[in-house]
Amino acid sequence: MELSGGEILFASLKEEGVEFIFGYPGGAVLHIYDALYKQDEIKHILVRHEQGASHAADGYARATGKPGVCLVTSGPGATNVVTGLATAHMDSIPMVVITGQVHQDMIGTDAFQECDIIGISRPCVKHNFLVSSLEDLAPTIKKAFHIATTGRPGPVLIDIPKNLTAPEVRIPFVYPKEVELRSYNPVTGGHLGQVRKAIDQLVIAKRPVIYFGGGAVQGEASEQLTRLGHELGYPVTGTLMGLGAYPSTDDLFIGMLGMHGTYEANMAMHECDVLLAVGARFDDRVTGQLKTFCPHARVIHIDIDPASIAKNVAVDVPIVGDVGRVLTEMLACLAETNQRAESDELAAWWQQINVWRDVDSYAYDRKSDTIKPQRVIEVMYEVTKGEAYVTSDVGQHQMFAAQFYKFDKPRRWINSGGLGTMGFGLPAAFGVKMAFPDSDVACVTGEGSIQMCIQELATCKQYNAPIKILNLNNGYLGMVRQWQEFNYESRYSSSYVDALPDFVKLAEAYGHVGIQIDKPADLEGAIREAFAQKDRLVFLDILTDTEENVYPMIEAGKGHHEMRLNPKRSEFI
Amino acid sequence: MRHTISILIENEAGALSRVAGLYSSRGYNIESLTVAPTDDASLSRMTIVTSGPEHVIEQITKQTNKLIEVVKVVDLTDTAHVTRELMLVKLQAVGAAREEVKRLADIFRGKIVDVTESSYVVEITGECTKLDAFLSAVGQSQILEVVRSGATGMARGEKSLKV
Ligand SMILES: Cc1cc2nc3c(=O)[nH]c(=O)nc-3n(C[C@H](O)[C@H](O)[C@H](O)COP(=O)(O)OP(=O)(O)OC[C@H]3O[C@@H](n4cnc5c(N)ncnc54)[C@H](O)[C@@H]3O)c2cc1C
Ligand SMILES: Cc1ncc(C[n+]2csc(CCOP(=O)(O)OP(=O)(O)O)c2C)c(N)n1
Ligand SMILES: [Mg+2]
Repeated sequence: MELSGGEILFASLKEEGVEFIFGYPGGAVLHIYDALYKQDEIKHILVRHEQGASHAADGYARATGKPGVCLVTSGPGATNVVTGLATAHMDSIPMVVITGQVHQDMIGTDAFQECDIIGISRPCVKHNFLVSSLEDLAPTIKKAFHIATTGRPGPVLIDIPKNLTAPEVRIPFVYPKEVELRSYNPVTGGHLGQVRKAIDQLVIAKRPVIYFGGGAVQGEASEQLTRLGHELGYPVTGTLMGLGAYPSTDDLFIGMLGMHGTYEANMAMHECDVLLAVGARFDDRVTGQLKTFCPHARVIHIDIDPASIAKNVAVDVPIVGDVGRVLTEMLACLAETNQRAESDELAAWWQQINVWRDVDSYAYDRKSDTIKPQRVIEVMYEVTKGEAYVTSDVGQHQMFAAQFYKFDKPRRWINSGGLGTMGFGLPAAFGVKMAFPDSDVACVTGEGSIQMCIQELATCKQYNAPIKILNLNNGYLGMVRQWQEFNYESRYSSSYVDALPDFVKLAEAYGHVGIQIDKPADLEGAIREAFAQKDRLVFLDILTDTEENVYPMIEAGKGHHEMRLNPKRSEFI
Repeated sequence: MRHTISILIENEAGALSRVAGLYSSRGYNIESLTVAPTDDASLSRMTIVTSGPEHVIEQITKQTNKLIEVVKVVDLTDTAHVTRELMLVKLQAVGAAREEVKRLADIFRGKIVDVTESSYVVEITGECTKLDAFLSAVGQSQILEVVRSGATGMARGEKSLKV
């Protein structure tokens, strides 16, 4: 069977099991869009901005574990996905992004809509390819999916010159069954000797902590992680990216750690003597001041990427491998030994942790007559019974969502952690809803962030994605305002968001339902009503306390043991 | 400390820019970089001389290894190894200096590969430090132009960096 480049692209995507592609047409991909028109197996979703396509594909990938796919044109289409590539790259999300390129003969001539997207995207992709012949197209697609989804996942970009997709140039189509890349063979199984060493350390620990991250989500290791926690009875804390990989409602879970994590998690980190890091990368938001990081701990680190190990923090027992496999090996190793931590010591450790827990570092004023953002998330948690997919944008609302929605399952909490991309939440929620049309999908956002990709409300209309948007409208770029309050004597330089649109009318203009609320008493009813409207997108514009801050907080240059607690806490505890 | 890192990389368009881009985006220092295809035309061999504290060097080798097109990376500094660099120097050669330059080139086992009435081009290979020593021996005032290839190197003994 002879196919054109455009047809080969779709035949290959079909071989990869792709259901949706998120894209936007233009000159360099017209042949491809014509081939798209003539097939009906892969569903194309027309977004309203290529950035939206990239975040939608990313959200889809985070929720399903399958790679998200985008298709955009050359030049501005390609540059518009760069933010999405960087977002996915920082959080290790598998994506395949296809960009059109000008005709091969015109590359390098400043041709119309030419840009060197290979060069531009290089630092923010796992890998990229410029396809140089039609024969290379199918093998390149095969390689791209392989690279995106194996090892430490990440986005891969394929740049396809227009002449390679012309309908009249046809070659026989065979999709390669396997990929062989002599230069790319990620390790998966952990080194058994190292696994034993880790167990030896863990069973003699007096003040252990298990710290998991996004790798536990990516590696589908929730079950093993939960078993390990239960088997050992050790306190477990997770990063912003890991939330849900270990059940948040489990007694052993001591909350998120890091800058806006719980007091108990950060204090436990500071005092621990053995730290088991599971698919986490010791990010600066997590470690705080490195000089005082875990001063007493021997560190065991499981990560599939050798470069993550000992990057920021010295490691005593490095284990390179897939978390799922390594944890399984660790469980087997544990089963072979009767040795366990001294129960008295462990009990004393828990007693200490419970003292820290009693500080109740997330406490907020429940009697306030303005709507508290924390309360919004609590109510949403109750209404959705903890089962929703929650995406977020970036800012205070993101932290409140992470603190107050207790995720018990992985892939339910979808946010941009590494790059911190405002504008991520809405398109990501759309991508999730495409994958799970029957589940509740909520986007927690702020009046600043939502305006960065607001145009995707139209995409939600066109493809019928009845997500719920909870706009925690505090009138400020709140996270920025908080830093200005703390570090710049409350000089709120350009952090007040003036001239806000009427979000209710805006939602209505896009064909959705808009509801505004400003009284605590109306909160629960409005959220219930929003989630009850199964077939409508509801935009809840929730006017929240304008000057609420996210607490507790590890400020810049401070250590885990130096958390700043809410100064007004005595008033409401 | 200074490290000499050898890299085998797929001989593909753009592969060099990935390595160079990695170094610049992560702020790693490059003292020199050489690259050319090997006996196996599908592979290029690259030698990078870099410097930095040990944990940075560890990151450099790990991050380089992570590049998809990189087949192998070794830090030659970990084992006994030889490095060589090629230098061409154009020197002023008039009057008494003409004889002196010739004598110095001989001492350093250099070859004069171009001669005019007033200049020589001297070719020297050796360790980077030998080339430095030659330059300081002839003195700045004699030097018209210098081009150095950057160091290449390999481990001593039987061990070889091959696929
Ligand atoms: C406003 C704001 C505030 C923030 N505050 C906090 C905070 O208080 N606390 C916090 O934790 N974060 C916070 N973050 C997020 C922070 O910036 C980082 O994104 C996050 O801490 C990184 O999480 P992680 O360590 O789990 O790494 P990830 O980025 O999720 O990386 C995962 C790691 O796992 C590895 N991995 C992937 N797959 C596998 C596998 N199969 N097997 C083994 N290893 C694997 C990867 O190589 C990588 O090293 C904040 C972000 C923003 C925007
Ligand atoms: C694209 C982008 N630009 C700028 C920032 C810096 N930034 C981080 S949080 C924030 C404020 C977000 O405001 P809003 O969406 O209203 O959320 P709030 O903090 O008020 O909850 C800004 C500007 C960013 N993260 N992303
Ligand atoms: Mg705001």
